[in-house]
Amino acid sequence: MRAAAATARLDAGLILGAGHAFAAPATLLLLLIYVVPVVALVWLSLTDYELGAVETRFLGLENFARALADPVFRRSIANTFAYVAIVLPGGVLLGLGAALLVHGRIRSRSVYEVIYFLPVTSTLIAMATVWQFLLHPRLGPVREITLALGLGEVAFLSDPALVIPTLAAIGLWQLVGFNMILFLAGLSAIPADLYEAAALDGASGGIDRFLRVTWPLLGPTTMFVTVTTSITAFKVFDTVRVLTEGGPAGASEVLLYVIWLEGFQYFRIGYAAALTLIFLAFILAFSILQAVALDRRVHY
Amino acid sequence: MRGSVTVGRVAAHLPLALGAAVMLLPFVWMVLTSFRPADAVFAGFGLSTFAGLANYAHALGTAPLLRFMLNGVIVCAGILAVQLLVAIPAAYALAKLSFRGRSLLFALVVAGLCIPIQVPALPLYLGLARAGLLDTYLAMMFPFFLSVFAIFLFRQFFKSFPDEIIQAARLDGAGEFEIVWRFVAPAALPAISAFSIFSVVAHWNDLYWPLIVITETRLAPPPLGMLYFRDAETGSNYGALMAGATVITAPLVLAFLVARRRFIQGVTMTGLK
Amino acid sequence: MAAIGLESIGKSFGSTQVLTDVTLHVCDGEFLTLVGPSGCGKSTLLRIIAGLERQDRGTVTIGGRPVDGLKPAARGVAMVFQSYALYPHMSVARNIATPLEMQRLTLAERLPLLRLLSPRRRRVMRGIMAEVEAVAASLQIDGLLDRKPAELSGGQRQRVALGRAMVRRPDAFLMDEPLSNLDAKLRVHMRGELADLHRRLGATFVYVTHDQTEAMTMSDRVALMLEGRIVQLGTPAELYDRPATVAVAQFIGSPPISLVPVSEQGGRLVAGGVRLGLPWVAGAATLGLRPESVAPVRLGTPGALPALLRRAENLGAEWLLYATLEDADATEIVCRLAADAHDAARAAGLLGDRLWLLPDPARAHLFDREGRRLVAGSVPHEAAA
Repeated sequence: MRAAAATARLDAGLILGAGHAFAAPATLLLLLIYVVPVVALVWLSLTDYELGAVETRFLGLENFARALADPVFRRSIANTFAYVAIVLPGGVLLGLGAALLVHGRIRSRSVYEVIYFLPVTSTLIAMATVWQFLLHPRLGPVREITLALGLGEVAFLSDPALVIPTLAAIGLWQLVGFNMILFLAGLSAIPADLYEAAALDGASGGIDRFLRVTWPLLGPTTMFVTVTTSITAFKVFDTVRVLTEGGPAGASEVLLYVIWLEGFQYFRIGYAAALTLIFLAFILAFSILQAVALDRRVHY
Repeated sequence: MRGSVTVGRVAAHLPLALGAAVMLLPFVWMVLTSFRPADAVFAGFGLSTFAGLANYAHALGTAPLLRFMLNGVIVCAGILAVQLLVAIPAAYALAKLSFRGRSLLFALVVAGLCIPIQVPALPLYLGLARAGLLDTYLAMMFPFFLSVFAIFLFRQFFKSFPDEIIQAARLDGAGEFEIVWRFVAPAALPAISAFSIFSVVAHWNDLYWPLIVITETRLAPPPLGMLYFRDAETGSNYGALMAGATVITAPLVLAFLVARRRFIQGVTMTGLK
Repeated sequence: MAAIGLESIGKSFGSTQVLTDVTLHVCDGEFLTLVGPSGCGKSTLLRIIAGLERQDRGTVTIGGRPVDGLKPAARGVAMVFQSYALYPHMSVARNIATPLEMQRLTLAERLPLLRLLSPRRRRVMRGIMAEVEAVAASLQIDGLLDRKPAELSGGQRQRVALGRAMVRRPDAFLMDEPLSNLDAKLRVHMRGELADLHRRLGATFVYVTHDQTEAMTMSDRVALMLEGRIVQLGTPAELYDRPATVAVAQFIGSPPISLVPVSEQGGRLVAGGVRLGLPWVAGAATLGLRPESVAPVRLGTPGALPALLRRAENLGAEWLLYATLEDADATEIVCRLAADAHDAARAAGLLGDRLWLLPDPARAHLFDREGRRLVAGSVPHEAAA
């Protein structure tokens, strides 16, 4: 007892100030990179500041009202949600499906892991360019397939109805391997004797095993994959900037793309700040969802 | 009973193989096309036409692809170095030391986890512009110097480091600085190396921030460089375009093939949360 | 309830031969323990009975019918796992109900959304829940039915695992080291409970453990396994009093048997240069002495072994004296004395740094060079059967 107290005093004396010293650079950067900018964003969003403008007015919440009424902004929200609506279920289900199929294999497992993970490490801009080429309605090899299926020449990226699904497909292509690996980790964590107990209880068929053991115990993993996939999907930008630049006629303008245009092309800073805060609100909503849902569902 | 198992095995391979083909298709096409002359570029999957490295020569001549790689290396190395230098002591302090404001700092770290780079981008841009720091390596690296994810992750590891070892080191006369770098950090090497891979991959492939702060070609990292290359190569020389894409994509893909396990562990570190 | 028959079971994993020619017949309603050190194959054998592993050679019969082609659930056995293997996301009630749900509901009635459409399901579930409650009451866990496994103590979890097995009314219960995850005190308590359960149910129990105390106290018969073979099969008393080999003698009994190398001189056994009061038997190489079969005697008593006392442990009701013989190998020898015998010996001045230990010829075991038991050298101890 006395020894512990003596150690505690020794600790306190020796490390006086070390905590602050070690945390100082991080704290400074935190302030500069997160705190100050977010505060600045809030302030800017309440003005009509434009780069190079002569004078700036205080607008209150007018930017936000304008955003909600702005057809361009509303369309970008719709486009983004349409994108997420495809990528989220697709990414989760395809990742889970691939993981379930790969999980049992011994020899081919690492081969599949590498192949499916390859797109995750590749530079999206470059690969998206390749996809653009592959999907070219007159010149790309996918044309052969669509012709063979009787669909004619499909303008994947220039047809307003198809552009979001096509971008979503490219996004899925890059994402599935990542989710597959996460699900594989989750599957490996399920104790084998649970499956054996289930077998003895009579649940030896695939569906029963999945419903009784696999799916419930994958709960935390599934939740995590769902939230990260939705946040990643929500942040879509690269493919839009490179392949369609928001076209055709704004059919693929997503939220981040509009923010980028407003802030860094048109330099309507105040408005862009408001849009950025709306973007942040969505991201926070997803993150909070994760925290709440994980807390409730988990840990056995 | 034996028979159905084999059928099941084969049946599982089918969708997997199909998916694998889709995953590989762009890579294969990219490399194949990069070796074809401009007129035979749409010749299907055969290897009949081979233009050697002419496309590569053309691509390298049109845009400074190697320069883009170098920029990628500089930027990623710089970012990673500062990230580790900042995050490791901070994580140690949060895990093992008590100081005023510790919980506030940790709360801010957790909050920062929810804020992607696109949010502070605008004010940071304005600040850097005001300071005349646009179009510099520093501008490309600055917002990433602090990785809240690294702090969060390392703190987790440091928390499980035995207190007794630290106390013994203190009694032996070691200062806190020495303790962090000589005793504690080496124990978290797996986490540090996994995070390093995660960081390099993320920042090598980042487009948004470089797009904002860089306008000079000579500073462009690989994704931005690819964008410039595309714009430069507006003609229909798809062969050269694919050659360029291959060059840009090659480093990370090759690194991945060499260190597969570590790569996968690193990039999916987020799963350890 | 049924008998279990194993004929010439062989199993290898890769290049490792885990079970070699194992033949065993478990009688209907008996409590049979498979005991042995880790890696001896006992768990593998149990899993083969359950159908979780497929044997390479040999056949398994349960209740007289061969079950080799049957899935685990169809064999009429229930298993309690070492880790209990409770479904962590289900309540205790649902855990116990699962085997019955699997048996009585159709696939459609088990699927998450579809099952809401079935009125039959509600009826069947009510019946199932009644049985679940009955089983839970008999195990005294009926107050825990709504809890999840994570909220239960080790002993409670074990009972839930038992309940899940019992509710199926199986022909045989298979238990894979069910007590090894419990603390010592609870383990002793649960030993009694399991023995009670066996008596109540009258079912066939096949029990796997590495703990010889469990094997000795709970079983009707014990099969000691070493390196993939059954080395001896018999009642606990038989294994204790008539071990078939040195290895069996060493495994059973605590503290372990003392093994003294012996040779022949003038028709009598000689150990450590001392002529013992035991007749020589041809081929004898090792003398086995259990702690209770040696006693300290006066200096110079013929046939007594001189030994140096290393330490004495006072366990309250008895003493354990650890000594080493004054021979070339410094063989360890343990002597067990009841408390009053110890006090008497001390009063008589028999306990000093040097002891003279006299073996009881009625309880000595002789083994040959290969470690096999030599029958003529010992008199079977007539234990209360």
